[in-house]
Amino acid sequence: MKRIALAVVTLFAITFLLFLLMEFLPGSPFNDEKLNETQKALLFAKYGLDKPFFTRFFIYLKNLIHLDFGVSYVITIDLPVRTMLATRLPVTIRIGLQAMILGVLIGLILGIIAALKKNSAIDTTATVVSVLGFSVPAYVFALLLVYFVAFRLQWLPIRYNARQPFISSILPTISLSMYIIATMARYARSEMIDCLNTDYILLAKAKGVTQPRVIRRHALRNTLVPIITVVAPLTVGIITGSVVIEQIFGVPGLGQLLLLGVTNNDYNVISAVALVYSFLHIVIMLVVDILYGIIDPRIRVAGGEK
Amino acid sequence: MAEETRERVLSIRDLDISFDTSNGTMNAIRGVRLDLYKGETIAIVGESGSGKSVTAKAIMGIMAKNQHINGGSIMYSYTDDEGRKETLDITKMSEDEVRKTICGKHIAMVFQDPMTSLNPTITIGKQIMEGMVDHYHYSKEEARKKAIELLDDVGIVDPEKRFGQYPHQLSGGMRQRVVIAIALACNPDILICDEPTTALDVTIQAKILNLIKDLQKKKDLSVIYITHDLGVVAQVADYVAVMYAGRIVEKGSVDEIYYDPRHPYTWGLLSSMPDLSTNTPRLFAIPGNPINLLNQVKGDAFAARNPYALQLDFEKQPPMFNVGGKHRVASWLCHPKAPKVEMPHSLRVKIDNMLKEVNAYGKQ
Amino acid sequence: MSEHVFTSVTDVDLTPEELAELKLVNESPDEFEAKDTYEVTGFWTDVFARLRKNRGAIVGFALIAIITLLAVFVPLFSSVTYKDANIDHAYLPPKVPVLEKLGILDGIDENGVDLYAEAGLPDGTYYLFGTDSMGRDMFVRLWNGTRISLLMALLAVLTDLIIGMSYGLVSGYFGGKVDFLMQRFVEVLNGIPSLVIITLFALVLKPGMISIILTLMITGWIPMSRVCRAQVLKQKEFEYVLASRVLGSSNRHIIFSEIVPNVLGQVVIMSMFSIPSAIFTESYLAFIGLGVRAPMASLGSLVSTGYKSFLAYPYLVIIPIIVLGTLMVSFNLFADGLRDAFDPTMKEM
Repeated sequence: MKRIALAVVTLFAITFLLFLLMEFLPGSPFNDEKLNETQKALLFAKYGLDKPFFTRFFIYLKNLIHLDFGVSYVITIDLPVRTMLATRLPVTIRIGLQAMILGVLIGLILGIIAALKKNSAIDTTATVVSVLGFSVPAYVFALLLVYFVAFRLQWLPIRYNARQPFISSILPTISLSMYIIATMARYARSEMIDCLNTDYILLAKAKGVTQPRVIRRHALRNTLVPIITVVAPLTVGIITGSVVIEQIFGVPGLGQLLLLGVTNNDYNVISAVALVYSFLHIVIMLVVDILYGIIDPRIRVAGGEK
Repeated sequence: MAEETRERVLSIRDLDISFDTSNGTMNAIRGVRLDLYKGETIAIVGESGSGKSVTAKAIMGIMAKNQHINGGSIMYSYTDDEGRKETLDITKMSEDEVRKTICGKHIAMVFQDPMTSLNPTITIGKQIMEGMVDHYHYSKEEARKKAIELLDDVGIVDPEKRFGQYPHQLSGGMRQRVVIAIALACNPDILICDEPTTALDVTIQAKILNLIKDLQKKKDLSVIYITHDLGVVAQVADYVAVMYAGRIVEKGSVDEIYYDPRHPYTWGLLSSMPDLSTNTPRLFAIPGNPINLLNQVKGDAFAARNPYALQLDFEKQPPMFNVGGKHRVASWLCHPKAPKVEMPHSLRVKIDNMLKEVNAYGKQ
Repeated sequence: MSEHVFTSVTDVDLTPEELAELKLVNESPDEFEAKDTYEVTGFWTDVFARLRKNRGAIVGFALIAIITLLAVFVPLFSSVTYKDANIDHAYLPPKVPVLEKLGILDGIDENGVDLYAEAGLPDGTYYLFGTDSMGRDMFVRLWNGTRISLLMALLAVLTDLIIGMSYGLVSGYFGGKVDFLMQRFVEVLNGIPSLVIITLFALVLKPGMISIILTLMITGWIPMSRVCRAQVLKQKEFEYVLASRVLGSSNRHIIFSEIVPNVLGQVVIMSMFSIPSAIFTESYLAFIGLGVRAPMASLGSLVSTGYKSFLAYPYLVIIPIIVLGTLMVSFNLFADGLRDAFDPTMKEM
């Protein structure tokens, strides 16, 4: 409960911060030279931009509660931002989820095998993959994939295509998942190695539990618990990565909308996308927090006994 | 001789273990020879790095990846289900075989830190049942019944409730009791206790030691204590082996080691044992640091720290001298032609005081 | 009988020399002092010794050094600068002496047309990394861009370090209400994905290098402050800090003389990890069109400009990507090595 309250407060603070930043944006959405001063004033009045800062903020907040993000001033004039979000959010979330699932699965498997076969060829490979994936930006992979897989080999389409939503989302998914694979492999490996060195693994061995069972019953579970905490920051990686990746593959998602907003100075669009990003981020953190409590009995039982 | 009636369950011969490290080969165990008889207790004493834990783990067949057994044997003898005598050499078995046939079932171990030796995400009951189910294929109900009995045996109140709890809900002393219950779950013959009380409060230490003693009598266990605490040794052991730098430097019965120590290292250990009866102005510490086993050891490993070192100690490794009874000492000082050296005066006083106390109790 | 076989004896036959050696080395055992059998080495000596043994760290360090040297000296000693355009020489592919004889990087396109000859260039003219749409020498632009990226990353990390460290130190050391408020603030800031904040700040500030550095600082200090706070909280529990406090030291003395030196290792490691992430953020800003303005170039802006004509002139983007990737991998490798060197406990056994 306390966590949820904190999340709401954070969200409120973020909204205010965003609104404040918007205030400082240079220029205005109505920079068209054909507009004279009176026309501009009329536009300001129409959108309520002539009112004092705090009045506008509270109107914005009130509308937000009804999921009203205002209308677009530039991109598609007077189109509610909510409509824009509604078509774009699912695409971003779908590709993000695909990347997450792919990345977590491959990363975990790679990391765990590397830990079990420490100092073997597989371990070295996993280390190289994780260093590369960890340090090379996602768009570099995206460009390489575009060039080799899509352009040279022509195996997969270069651009996202709404009529082939899965096939054309494979390359963006892979590009996004590289960082997740790398981070996951890294954490899984070190957690697993730590875990294999603990006393309770020693005790399990001394009990006469065979090695495969030691790993399945004791090591895996205790490796997975802390890894859940890594998932939260990773989703942030997905969110930020998506901005550039969507641009490269022409995916009509949130990231692309953010860039459109930025290039067109479309206030409501920018703040709406930023808010949605922050909201997603906070919700994921919260879910992970709660999930962690459910999985780790140390936290679960302590909470339950209160 | 009385010897004949004792049944030998474990005999370690000339065990030699080394580790490959990035800095070279480390000779952790350099020729250890040790016997354990049924129902008896032996304590292996030494400072950290002396190789006592490595020896214990080798008995359990638990090996690090960079660890090699270069020679020697660990013979384990038992009577199988049909009443036949069997002897196995643990060093010749694969890790998997040892795990399946020996660990838990015949030899069990209790570790130093109960705070970390239980899996935090599994209930206590499941952790006790695990070995039984794996080794004897007990049904869930049978295993549960036995686990609760065991919890009761190790002195845990309300075992039914504790059965379903997680380790963090128990105190350190209780956790160590659980670890002991786990060790006893599959009716082992030998129990290895690796510093079982060091991580516990002083008040609980004695309780745990007494518990192990009681269980030993009840289940006819042979026990190996691994410890650096001579206070513990005096309370529980029949025999003591003092280890230094991967080698046993002195061994014998508790009386022989405590009242008639011969090796200067043992003198050091006994002197550094705090006690209330003597008014030693400051706590004695053995000078210097343990030798670096990455280097080839020439002569006696303790020579550089030994105030009573002979010139020969730096040249030639001393053999095990038989000084009577069960008492064996690896020191050139025990050579018939060596100069007669007395133990430090303060230690003499300390031992005399101990003897006086024992005699006083004996007369009561 | 092998050396290790131990059977007990009561007497051993010794040679006369050995018998002669059966005498005490020390005349008065009571005054015995043992020589230390271990060499005592300093903490930093140990760290460097361990670092030298780490192959990844050495390779990383060498690559960083090579790239930095090239970035510093190539623009200094080349005859053209990063902004000298020559439209006649636009889009020339890379041509490298020696390698051209092997039939690669020889300035000839797939159709066998010698683009260098077509542009009217005399033999012996080489653009090692080719030229861009304005006919600017990519070799010079690349190393100049690397220089700008490194400089921005370095400045950003330095300021991060100062802000992050002071924030973490104050928050951790004073604790209580101060800590609570400061941590809530960080939480709010952390609630916004950093790229959103960065994008907005970049929008608010006037485009230019200083703005980019400021933008890089906006969220860059948070991880540093966290590490610092955690370290301070840990150090605070140690007896030496308590001892210092009991002896009546001032807060300033405790922070700077007792805590900071012990936190420093973590901070150095952290800043090593921040450099690649600053370089990454800069390239992200360039990608969304908020980077340095042409004709100035950074690694990020080279990649994002090259990306627009990626399929036609892949060398324009592949070369900066290689440098960018190498730089980031090297920094990460070096930082990893540094971390292991500081904390070797997990390494052995």
